Amino acid sequence: MQGTPTGGIQQTIGDPRLQLAIYSATRRLIEHRAGAVGSERLPDYQELRTRANQIKQHTIEHLDHYLEQFESNVAAHGGKVVYCRTGEDVSDFVLGLAKERKAHLIVKSKSMTTEEVHFNERLERHQLETVETDLGEYILQLAHERPYHIVAPALHMTRYDVAELFTKTLGVAKEVEPEKQTKIARATLREKFLGADIGVTGANFLVADSGAVVLVENEGNARLSTSAPKIHIAVAGIEKVIPRAQDLAVFLDLLGRSATGQPLTVYTSFLSGPRRAGELDGPDEFYVVLLDNGRTKLLKDPEKRQSLYCIRCGACLNHCPVYRKIGGHNYPWVYSGPIGAIITPQFHGVSEDGWLPFASSLCGACAEVCPVKIEIPKLLLKLRSEVTEAKRAQGSGGVERFAFRVWAWLMTHPKTYLALARLGSKSAGLLPKVGPLGSWTSQRELPPMASQSFHRWWAQRRRS
Amino acid sequence: MVGPEAAVVTAREQILADIRTALGRAGNATPAPLAPPMLRNPQMDRNLYISLFVQNLEKLAGKAFIVPNPAAVAPMLQALLKDQRAVASNAPFLAACGVTGLAQVESGFTEPEALRQACATAGVGITSADYALAATGSLVMLASPQEARLISLLPPVHVAVFPKSRILGNLDELLARIPQPAEQTSSMVLITGPSRTADIEQILIRGVHGPGEVYAVIVEEENS
Repeated sequence: MQGTPTGGIQQTIGDPRLQLAIYSATRRLIEHRAGAVGSERLPDYQELRTRANQIKQHTIEHLDHYLEQFESNVAAHGGKVVYCRTGEDVSDFVLGLAKERKAHLIVKSKSMTTEEVHFNERLERHQLETVETDLGEYILQLAHERPYHIVAPALHMTRYDVAELFTKTLGVAKEVEPEKQTKIARATLREKFLGADIGVTGANFLVADSGAVVLVENEGNARLSTSAPKIHIAVAGIEKVIPRAQDLAVFLDLLGRSATGQPLTVYTSFLSGPRRAGELDGPDEFYVVLLDNGRTKLLKDPEKRQSLYCIRCGACLNHCPVYRKIGGHNYPWVYSGPIGAIITPQFHGVSEDGWLPFASSLCGACAEVCPVKIEIPKLLLKLRSEVTEAKRAQGSGGVERFAFRVWAWLMTHPKTYLALARLGSKSAGLLPKVGPLGSWTSQRELPPMASQSFHRWWAQRRRS
Repeated sequence: MVGPEAAVVTAREQILADIRTALGRAGNATPAPLAPPMLRNPQMDRNLYISLFVQNLEKLAGKAFIVPNPAAVAPMLQALLKDQRAVASNAPFLAACGVTGLAQVESGFTEPEALRQACATAGVGITSADYALAATGSLVMLASPQEARLISLLPPVHVAVFPKSRILGNLDELLARIPQPAEQTSSMVLITGPSRTADIEQILIRGVHGPGEVYAVIVEEENS
């Protein structure tokens, strides 16, 4: 009823190469972040987090206002906003536009939102070639895999995997040096950029007072996707809006540092509309697709709506002991790690992915590093109770409830409790390692019971 | 118009209505004003901007040259370019520095397709920069008829020539100076070092899609 984790978890944990890859990549990202937000590098780091949280809270609580402001400012600069309720609406819009403009080739820069709606698959069904251009995403597209990590999408693959993949899919000679592999990708993708009719990107921020799309990246593929083709389409979740261009001083200071430890990524593009009179390049047409796809469902609960503050830096993944053990592909959706554990059940319903909030040790590392201060552990607990409530409504979870009812009765009947406790301390070692308790007991050693219980010791102490 | 327009309008109304219902409101309510933006003044001496910029750009494997005046730019670039073919933007400052007169340099483009072809084959792209940011070693490029986007993007090497006076302290100072970038340009790009990736085994590789080499030529005295 609450769904179950995939069998892939055992496989991931049992694969030493993969364990090392996840551990070392996340450790490096942890170190880079720590170096960039330290008090001597960024003395007002905590104040920035508080401000970012306040701005996000304010914006989300007035989301309709800021979306309309954003929309009218995009229009004022000659662009157009297209609202889409579902992934299908997005592909319908893009397909319609492509057909009208006789477009054949789309270049795409990394975007979790388009991953979320399976954009590429939808378009390729209609013979529209869609090419991922971020190196990691390009590799994944060739391998037909989804991102392993929000920021480092191919962190689970080695150079040898890439060598084999390139030989198989691109027909090039085997090349195991990452530098040369990058050159191969550059040359292949350069042709795509120059031949593309449409560039599709995500958006890190939508700026309401400017009607602008802000993109951060290191490779230059987002710049190329938005500079070379005649049409630029940015696909963004409705929660990406921030009120003012000047608020970027807060968010850009936090995003790069939290993600990769960079004070600023190599390229930060602030794009507001198609090219203007006299410009020699840039798109002729500029569209921003505002996608709901379930986000309005997350708005209802005043506490849970903070899930929409996320700026997708990936820091909570890197610091999560669960993510670092099970990796990205064992999460049921494209969003993995602690943020995935809180948003996935809200998008898909607790009956489908309700096991996710339980897959956490509640250590709180995610909340400590979140640049916008989302209270992830608190939301995990809230979702856990919703899952339990849902189970009760469905009439399941009865054994657990019965056990707690028995427990409650025993705690209010001390004589019976003490008699049973004496019996229990003698028989604890007999707990079966097989059967329904087996998955718990087979992994654990019960500590030896004391020869005397606390109750008895206390009673004797008072008597003497 | 694209697609069935009626359906698009419906999605818009529906999403806005869903938002209002979820937030417990009937119509669009103008929010109470948000606290003023947090823009921090750079805590440093303006005279140190130039050395800080150079230091931060070079930390990212970029390279900076400081020349005394516009007249010194062309000979310096001549040595840097050697026999590589370069494309230069229409920025007036480049012409003032004599960059467009160099034999290796193609400039004065007025046709989009010609510019694109030239950028796709040139070894070096030469631009000016509207601003530079000391704290991060960034170049700030505002797209305009004088400053095309592809020149700093397609060639494997990017050289930016600009006067010292355009160096600001940090991003906050830039946003204080340009509170509304969209009023000035369709595209403002901050370039912070050479293009890079770490997507394969977290190994740092430069020059993925953008230039792998970035040079800043800083001119101390704007007028010769």
